[in-house]
Amino acid sequence: MAQVSLEGIRKVYPNGFQAVQTTSFTIQDGEFVVLVGPSGCGKSTLLRMIAGLEEITEGTLKIGDRVVNDVDPADRDIAMVFQNYALYPHMTVRKNIGYGLKNRGNPASEIAAKVEDAAKMLNLTEYLDRKPAQLSGGQRQRVAMGRAVVRDPALFLFDEPLSNLDAKLRNQMRIEIKALQRRLGTTAVYVTHDQVEAMTMADRIIVLNAGRIEQIGTPSEIYHNPASTFVASFMGAPPMNLIRAQVEQGEVRINGYDGLMPAPASQNGPVTLGIRPEDVVLDDHGNIPFRVDILEELGAHRLLHGVVGEQPFSVMIGKDDAASTGTATLNLKPEALRLFDPETGRKL
Amino acid sequence: MKRAGFDTIWLPVALLMPQLLIIAIFFYWPAGWALQSSFYLQDPFGFGSTFVGGENYTSLLGNDQYKRVAVFTILYSVLVTFFSLAIALLLAIKADKVIRGAKTYRTLLMWVYAIAPPVAGFLGILFFDQSTGPLTKFFQMFGWDFKLGVDYNATATAMVIVAVWKQIPVNFIFFLSGLQSIPRSVREAAMIDNRSATGRFWQVTFPLLAPTAFFLLIINITYALFDTFGVIDALMKGEPGNNPMTLVYKVYLDGFRGNDLGGSSAQSVILMVLVLILTVFQFRLMERRIHYT
Ligand SMILES: Nc1ncnc2c1ncn2[C@@H]1O[C@H](COP(=O)(O)OP(=O)(O)OP(=O)(O)O)[C@@H](O)[C@H]1O
Ligand SMILES: [Mg+2]
Repeated sequence: MAQVSLEGIRKVYPNGFQAVQTTSFTIQDGEFVVLVGPSGCGKSTLLRMIAGLEEITEGTLKIGDRVVNDVDPADRDIAMVFQNYALYPHMTVRKNIGYGLKNRGNPASEIAAKVEDAAKMLNLTEYLDRKPAQLSGGQRQRVAMGRAVVRDPALFLFDEPLSNLDAKLRNQMRIEIKALQRRLGTTAVYVTHDQVEAMTMADRIIVLNAGRIEQIGTPSEIYHNPASTFVASFMGAPPMNLIRAQVEQGEVRINGYDGLMPAPASQNGPVTLGIRPEDVVLDDHGNIPFRVDILEELGAHRLLHGVVGEQPFSVMIGKDDAASTGTATLNLKPEALRLFDPETGRKL
Repeated sequence: MKRAGFDTIWLPVALLMPQLLIIAIFFYWPAGWALQSSFYLQDPFGFGSTFVGGENYTSLLGNDQYKRVAVFTILYSVLVTFFSLAIALLLAIKADKVIRGAKTYRTLLMWVYAIAPPVAGFLGILFFDQSTGPLTKFFQMFGWDFKLGVDYNATATAMVIVAVWKQIPVNFIFFLSGLQSIPRSVREAAMIDNRSATGRFWQVTFPLLAPTAFFLLIINITYALFDTFGVIDALMKGEPGNNPMTLVYKVYLDGFRGNDLGGSSAQSVILMVLVLILTVFQFRLMERRIHYT
């Protein structure tokens, strides 16, 4: 268990590409932090720098109170779970799980006991003498988990560990991993591009975009108070509606409709208005016309896709609410409105 | 999986015929002929032959020179196989680390592979030339008066060096592609599990390379035993004299230089049995080989 701090970390690949811009943050002891962002934004690069598999171009990395920039991966007291599990194909499950312990000079009897324990915890006992090729994808995933937990490291690193599983197994493993981490109290950094995983597993989420941190916050902060239009549209399914609007005389207006909420007086001019689809209310007496083009059935909810003032817009309604394609009117919950700078996308 | 079938027996037979004919004409026929003539004593001037039963074989086994050649062949094969595999593996590991450079390495080393054995032999002669050869000078620096074709040890050393040099590229290519097919993440997982690079190599990389290594082992033994004929012939300059030779070369020497067709046939039959054993061994182990997928 340890606190991890990144101080001014930057990564430039040998070909000159800057994959991670100067970045600083601290992960608390026992915290579960999720790094999320679109493909190619530098999540794996950041994680691999923490693991020691990628050189740190600039900055200081501390695990506990030790600077580990130049420490060998094997000496950083970390365990990593890879996307394709990276099991040793020629070793049995037992040997796969015990390999890291063996190389750290633990006595054989102790290794055997720890491996048995880890296997029991992950329901792998009956597979201990099989080779990875004789296991299903979900079982391999468990072996990879076993290999990490058996060492009782200071830090778990996960690089999209669930992305090769089917949806049902993914949901189940998501809960198991989270529960396991809670029980062991081990600090964890988890990389994913799946925002549902990020929202459900994280104590804190770090949203990355093009090698830069867009926002750090709890899932609720990220969801309700996105720091930029990027975060607003990346996190949450369906994403937040983002439409062009104006601030006039201290009030926000969409295309000249009535004022929606008081705005900071100094900010006259164009803005981007953001609102979550569930914060929109269909209302016959509403003041904003909405043309419904598509009705999407989601089971617990229904999603209406259409246009407001020629801009794409979606609205979430309950499964029992009446709705049909065609014209409707709606109201926005004033407390749920968010304003962003139309140029930079940053929150106003 | 769907299996394709033929309606009549004649089409597959017709398709196989050319291949079967080639095998029959170029392998079974001469092999049968060798087997037959190994039981006869040929008249050196080609006037008929006499049936002598197993005498050709028994006289071989009692022949000191044959035993010496057999011992040298074994030693030679072991040395050639070991050094060509070990050096190629070392080069492949180095090349694998600089994956970018691998292409240049590959091309450079492949050139050597394109050289025919006798040409390699002649290049070897240049290396070992009495007055100008760089390797001769190199050995002379250590006080060894290196005389190719005259001194037994000198010729043997040259034979091993040229044969190894010629075989390294093939082994290198196979080892390199074997190394590159090991997933990067598996090696990275090993880096986290084991701090010792040597330990990682023997416990993770090498076992994953084992199928390739085993295949190459068989290929290299076969090469050292049989395919080095051209190298040996060139280095010996046609003067067997006091020079070492392998069993294959002795078959040629006794049969075509010494006109002892019966004895030479008996030797080739022995070699055929050796190949048979090697092949059976190879298939047995191949079947038991683990497939990592
Ligand atoms: N060895 C390398 N040399 C040069 N550029 C690299 C190298 N590895 C990665 N990159 C680049 O760095 C950027 C970040 O890569 P990274 O693997 O961290 O992305 P990621 O966020 O993990 O994406 P994904 O979700 O697809 O895994 C990408 O644009 C990638 O092309
Ligand atoms: Mg990645």
